[in-house]
Amino acid sequence: MSTSTSRVRVELPAHLRHLANVGREVDLTIVGPVTQRTILDALEARYTMLEGTIRDHKTKLRRPFVRFFACEEDLSHLLPDDPLPDAVALGEEPFLIVGAIAGG
Amino acid sequence: MSQLRLLVGTRKGAFILTSDGVRKEWSVTGPHFAGWEIYHLKGSPVDPNRIYASQTSGWFGQVVQRSDDGGQTWSPISNKFPYDGVPGTHQWYDGTPHPWEFKRVWHIEPSLTCPDTLYAGVEDAALFRSTDAGQSWNELSGLRTHGTGPAWQPGAGGMCLHTILLDPTNHDRIFVAISAAGAFRTDNGGKSWKPINQGLHSLYIPDPTAEVGHCVHHMALHPSRPQTLFMQKHWDVMRTDDAGDSWHEISGNLPTDFGFVIDVHAHEPETLYVVPIKSDSEHFPLDGQLRVYRSRSGGNDWEALTKGLPQSNCYVNVLRDAMAVDSLDSCGVYFGTTGGQVYASSDAGDNWQAIVHDLPAVLSVEVQTLP
Repeated sequence: MSTSTSRVRVELPAHLRHLANVGREVDLTIVGPVTQRTILDALEARYTMLEGTIRDHKTKLRRPFVRFFACEEDLSHLLPDDPLPDAVALGEEPFLIVGAIAGG
Repeated sequence: MSQLRLLVGTRKGAFILTSDGVRKEWSVTGPHFAGWEIYHLKGSPVDPNRIYASQTSGWFGQVVQRSDDGGQTWSPISNKFPYDGVPGTHQWYDGTPHPWEFKRVWHIEPSLTCPDTLYAGVEDAALFRSTDAGQSWNELSGLRTHGTGPAWQPGAGGMCLHTILLDPTNHDRIFVAISAAGAFRTDNGGKSWKPINQGLHSLYIPDPTAEVGHCVHHMALHPSRPQTLFMQKHWDVMRTDDAGDSWHEISGNLPTDFGFVIDVHAHEPETLYVVPIKSDSEHFPLDGQLRVYRSRSGGNDWEALTKGLPQSNCYVNVLRDAMAVDSLDSCGVYFGTTGGQVYASSDAGDNWQAIVHDLPAVLSVEVQTLP
């Protein structure tokens, strides 16, 4: 049985770009299904300083004011293991990690 | 000539101000960590170029940074603050039990003897220690679990451990303060703790003399007299001379004894500074006049210090960690405001100047006196 490998584009908000010292987008290699969990696992493995900033250290739940968008859809409420759109898995569209609009 | 390095945490980043021993001209670098709330920065007394910073955000949570070159470059260190065991509950605002949840680091206190050891006071209230320069944190859970924890309740700013005082003569003794639980002391390096609130009288809680529940805003000590602590409570300025076993009020002739900061002169253990704030519902100076009050007698007799401070139309606040003193021969005193000014006095408070005017709201000020 073969395991698929995907190259996924992830776009970070400015605060996390500065923290990780990266540009707007990072490319990640995902082995197996492309889901929120596998993307965040790969992102945190490469940029350990991002642990805890997007999802809780322990529960692995998304922080309340963080949103996940892709393909002009809000994917924030998908379950962590739900598959993401094919365009994300194929690297055609970025997976956007966004700081929610809040405040005045 | 000595150098001064001022570490200023603000709502939108950290700023580092430096000056020579004359303290007239200051250069400013920053913002470091632009856009993030910097609750506190503090340097190691053992290695002053090692500075720790608490960086936090309502969106992205807690980050802790360390610099090993005096704040020129920074590296993230561990932001994992795991409560020990099942954390249980404290009281919520409505009196119901509420699970302990980590929110942010309010205060970082580096060890007096080891540059790799530091303490972090966090919200929801707990004390953590790192012995590897911040690569990992362990809770000193004897504080949270000593028995009164389920009765602790958040103040308006959250249930935070905001003050950590290390006894320079006894490394096993630590004092902490929590809003709104009160003051606590350990005499065995953090294994066990006791509330030290006898003598506090707080009209805003059901039992004004309760063992816990007091909203302590800040505490300070002079290193030569670690048995003596000074406290700015929600209301009341207090003093203890027996390491917290009993407190008495020293508000004396202050025009209002509400406030947040309190500090002690570097060379005169009986000289204190506070910034009176009008009230708990009006967080600004009385009559729009920003006045530091100084007591040279350990409290009760206070004098207003106004030279160089705005004496009309000033409605800023001075938050609990936003005052510091340097250790030059003529003691320098510094404080920051929610209006973004940092004021400095190079003559123990007689004269003041705004060394920077327009920063974001200042959350904390620390000063390092460098050789």
